[in-house]
Amino acid sequence: MTVHSIPARAGTIAVRRDATLQTLTLAVENMRCGGCIRSVERAALSIPGVASARANLAAKRVSVVLQDGRASEADVIAALGEAGFAAAPMQTVKPGAETARESALLRRVAIAGFAAMNIMLLSVSVWSGRAGDMDQSLITLFCWLSALIALPTVTYAGQPFYASALSALKGRRLNMDVPISLAVILATAMSLYQTLRGSDQVYFDAAVTLLFFLLIGRYIDEHLRVRARGEAQNLLSLQSGIATLIGDGGALRPVPAHALTAGDKVLIGTGERIPADGLILTGSGAIDQSLITGETTPMAVTPGAQVYAGTLSLGSTLMVQVTAADTATLLAEIGRLMAAAEQGKARYRRLADRAAEIYAPAVHGLGAATFIGWLAVGAPWQTALTYAIAVLIVACPCALALAVPAVQIAAANRLFRRGIVIKAADGLERVAEANMVAFDKTGTLTFGRPQLLNGAMVPDDVLEAAAGLAVASKHPYAQAIVAEARNRNIAVSAPEGVEETPGRGLLRALPRGEERLGSAEWCGIAAKDGASEVWYARDWQAPVCFRFADALRSDAAEVVAECKRRGYPVALLSGDRKSAVETAACASGIVTWQGELTPAHKIDWLADSAKQGQKVLMVGDGLNDAPALAAAYASISPANAADISQRAADFVFQGERLSPILEVLSTAKRARNLALQNFGVAFCYNIIAVPFAMAGYVTPLIAAVVMSTSSILVTLNAARLAGSGKS
Amino acid sequence: MTALAWLIPAALFLGGLGLVAFLWALRSGQFEDLEGAAYRALEDDPPSDPVSRRDPEPQSSERG
Repeated sequence: MTVHSIPARAGTIAVRRDATLQTLTLAVENMRCGGCIRSVERAALSIPGVASARANLAAKRVSVVLQDGRASEADVIAALGEAGFAAAPMQTVKPGAETARESALLRRVAIAGFAAMNIMLLSVSVWSGRAGDMDQSLITLFCWLSALIALPTVTYAGQPFYASALSALKGRRLNMDVPISLAVILATAMSLYQTLRGSDQVYFDAAVTLLFFLLIGRYIDEHLRVRARGEAQNLLSLQSGIATLIGDGGALRPVPAHALTAGDKVLIGTGERIPADGLILTGSGAIDQSLITGETTPMAVTPGAQVYAGTLSLGSTLMVQVTAADTATLLAEIGRLMAAAEQGKARYRRLADRAAEIYAPAVHGLGAATFIGWLAVGAPWQTALTYAIAVLIVACPCALALAVPAVQIAAANRLFRRGIVIKAADGLERVAEANMVAFDKTGTLTFGRPQLLNGAMVPDDVLEAAAGLAVASKHPYAQAIVAEARNRNIAVSAPEGVEETPGRGLLRALPRGEERLGSAEWCGIAAKDGASEVWYARDWQAPVCFRFADALRSDAAEVVAECKRRGYPVALLSGDRKSAVETAACASGIVTWQGELTPAHKIDWLADSAKQGQKVLMVGDGLNDAPALAAAYASISPANAADISQRAADFVFQGERLSPILEVLSTAKRARNLALQNFGVAFCYNIIAVPFAMAGYVTPLIAAVVMSTSSILVTLNAARLAGSGKS
Repeated sequence: MTALAWLIPAALFLGGLGLVAFLWALRSGQFEDLEGAAYRALEDDPPSDPVSRRDPEPQSSERG
């Protein structure tokens, strides 16, 4: 639950000031259209005790103000659920802090823009006036006016660059912001001096325009980061869901899963995910641990057994006492491995940083050379310094600083439209360098939940009847039967008179006799009781067997083939039994596979590949994949992955299909090419412009023109990525 | 030339007005949900509804 300040404009709503108000922020998964905004707000407002509701479509969140404590978070979530929206409380403490920084940047952009426009207006007058009959006193007045606008702007709007340059210098490094800050500050100071002398060689317009363009690039970068982080938080929040807490005196109360503390007792129904690590107090049954270990065969549990968050309960209703997470040996082990993997991974140096490392010393060198050169040939120091500043401004990395952010936002927009969230800022650059793809099996290459295997052998009428029973249950097998019936366009009626005995099966009394759906024993069949089958029996008919297995995602084989076609070797790494892994590998066309791998083995495998020069893109979802995702060169996980894995991955994709992986690979490649092209444009421009500046031919007018042209050029080039291939 | 004495302040004032309008819009949260704002403009609920009271206005051109 997140409590933060009430939005500034909530004052327009009739709210009693003395009332106790509490603001919640909920992530709403499927709010996608304009009409949804109204539905979400109406649903929330329909609850008594809700003072106001405000949906944010871009962030896919809703802020709800609760009054007097008459409504709770769970009430709001339930109301939204009835309206057809999956909602979950945000897990982060303060969603406001990031957006505040973003709007602070936008404010600087606006002020720099305002100043740039007005100074340019004055500068153009001066430039054109010089050719005509403009009075010298008027020129001086215009220069003073420019100074009046430029000085506060440079002081205020340039702060992000100065701060970053200072911290870089303190760490004895050079980054892009050092030449930027130097150029802006030197140009402003020199222009002020020239204005005092009554010269019109002033660069106020260049300094401020430079800031304006660079701030746009910086804002885009920040905006992207905030949005990616927000989407990732939404996904994580939606996954954790609601737990049923057994309160004092046995009263049941829905609470957000992340609010559980050690010692709490929770009730877990059939087919529900276990919300927190704990010990089983009562109840027994089977636990599907595929998200944790990759093992698809359910494990039998009895009271006293340890269960882990994220696993799926298949048996009867369990009462679980929550234990502290760090006592769990498996989780502790995974945490240790992840910390080691992240430490061992060399910090990736971003493309822009690498460019800055070459660029910054070169620009400083050229500037200094210009200054010393002109002094040496006997020019006055003012002239020499003016020419040196012209070099700094003309060479200044406007194009360079825009080159990468412009491409990144185009790429991110393209991926967002296809349901892919970029989590790591440098993820795109690393994926572009990957030269091998490694998949996990359970939940990644496969759906991670049972699918009906022998659906084709079951006649329609039996399927219809079985689905009519199954629809009453939340057991994954029952849901797979219902899904199969819906696939075959069989109408599934609402269940009436169906009784469920958790962990065993379903029963309904019909006029002609009983019908049962469940284990072989439940249906009274003396068959070998396979773990992954369900029988349907009617008193007047022979029983029918339904077999289940975790099936491959529909496009798994295609995606693997396409990866190979594009020249990526493909490997399959799984913690599941070898036979199961081999089957999946054959079906999807993967030759290199390994089964029964522990998380540590997966890391070893990745380390070996890295030694052979492979940069592996790891695709995985389970808790057991989390260390591998952190250790791999780049990583992707599906949106239904364990939350620790989503945190570790560079990208998260939504949907049932694997094709987003191909989209990520190709978009990353194209983004890299476009960024390199942009660097090329910036380089060519510098090759031409810098010698002129060094020779002293660049006037403030020329500096303004070439700077703007190169910036627009790189932005247009980046826009090509967003424009092509609409979804 | 005397025209400049009031033309320049007028130009700066109008530009400043745009800047202030933008900063006000930013502060009042109108840039928080640019996607949603596009749809809210199409709502035909009466303005007495407390929720629609917070409808953002369309962006104005005040970048300078």
